[in-house]
Amino acid sequence: MALRATYREAAGVTVVDIGGRITLGEGSALLRKTVRELLEEQRTLILLNLADVDYIDSSGIGELVSAYMGVKNRGGSLKLLHLTKKVHDLLQLTKLFTVFEVYSDENSALRSYR
Amino acid sequence: MSEDSKHLEITLETQVESVNLAEEMCLRVAQAAGFGEDDCYRIGMSVREGVINAFHYGNEERPEKKIHLALDLTPDKMIIHVLDEGKGFDLRGVPDPLAEENLLSTSGRGIFLMRAFMDEFQVVPGRTGGAEIIMSKKLPLSGNPGTNGKSGQGAAPKQEA
Repeated sequence: MALRATYREAAGVTVVDIGGRITLGEGSALLRKTVRELLEEQRTLILLNLADVDYIDSSGIGELVSAYMGVKNRGGSLKLLHLTKKVHDLLQLTKLFTVFEVYSDENSALRSYR
Repeated sequence: MSEDSKHLEITLETQVESVNLAEEMCLRVAQAAGFGEDDCYRIGMSVREGVINAFHYGNEERPEKKIHLALDLTPDKMIIHVLDEGKGFDLRGVPDPLAEENLLSTSGRGIFLMRAFMDEFQVVPGRTGGAEIIMSKKLPLSGNPGTNGKSGQGAAPKQEA
């Protein structure tokens, strides 16, 4: 799966569709760059759609936490959508399920920002 | 090492690309050894984390230093050694990433993941003066792939991107 990150607007929320592996190097850098650009555009309500992310390592986890904190520090909110099993299990193992708001349905996720 | 064991060694450059290279190499060995999809994922992730640790913390991303990766395949387990050329470290000094105060840390989960995913894990002083991570995974019982996810051909973990 090719590494990619595109974003779209939905109900006042920026939905970022990410694909590929979020790992040390390109994957982590792409996530960092994307979130930084969104914050520069004052987009602080962000939903990361991880449906096409089937692999994250510790660097990717760190980048997710960094993105979460960066958005939160700007008064916004970053939530996660459509976790694959591996990513779900990894967040559970690292107890980050207690930190991130995670959704399996996009409409429910969008409503949660209201 | 007995006659039934196989040994493979590779010296890697201290660069990001070495992480993927090490993962791919170990995955091939793990698949050939009969590990199922789930265990291959755990082994691959642990090798990634071991090499990331050597790259970032051990060798401090200094390109003149090397990362030494070795695999031993014995009749009952796969043993992985990752040796850096740093100053070594004490596992007791590694913060618990599950502690409340560390949950939002942007780093420090690699050791935890290796411990969680492998059957045995230790860090010892290496011959280079750096740290040597030694971790192992028991081989699946032959004819009993049900406890180990899919096995054999077609069970290769995805290698996209």
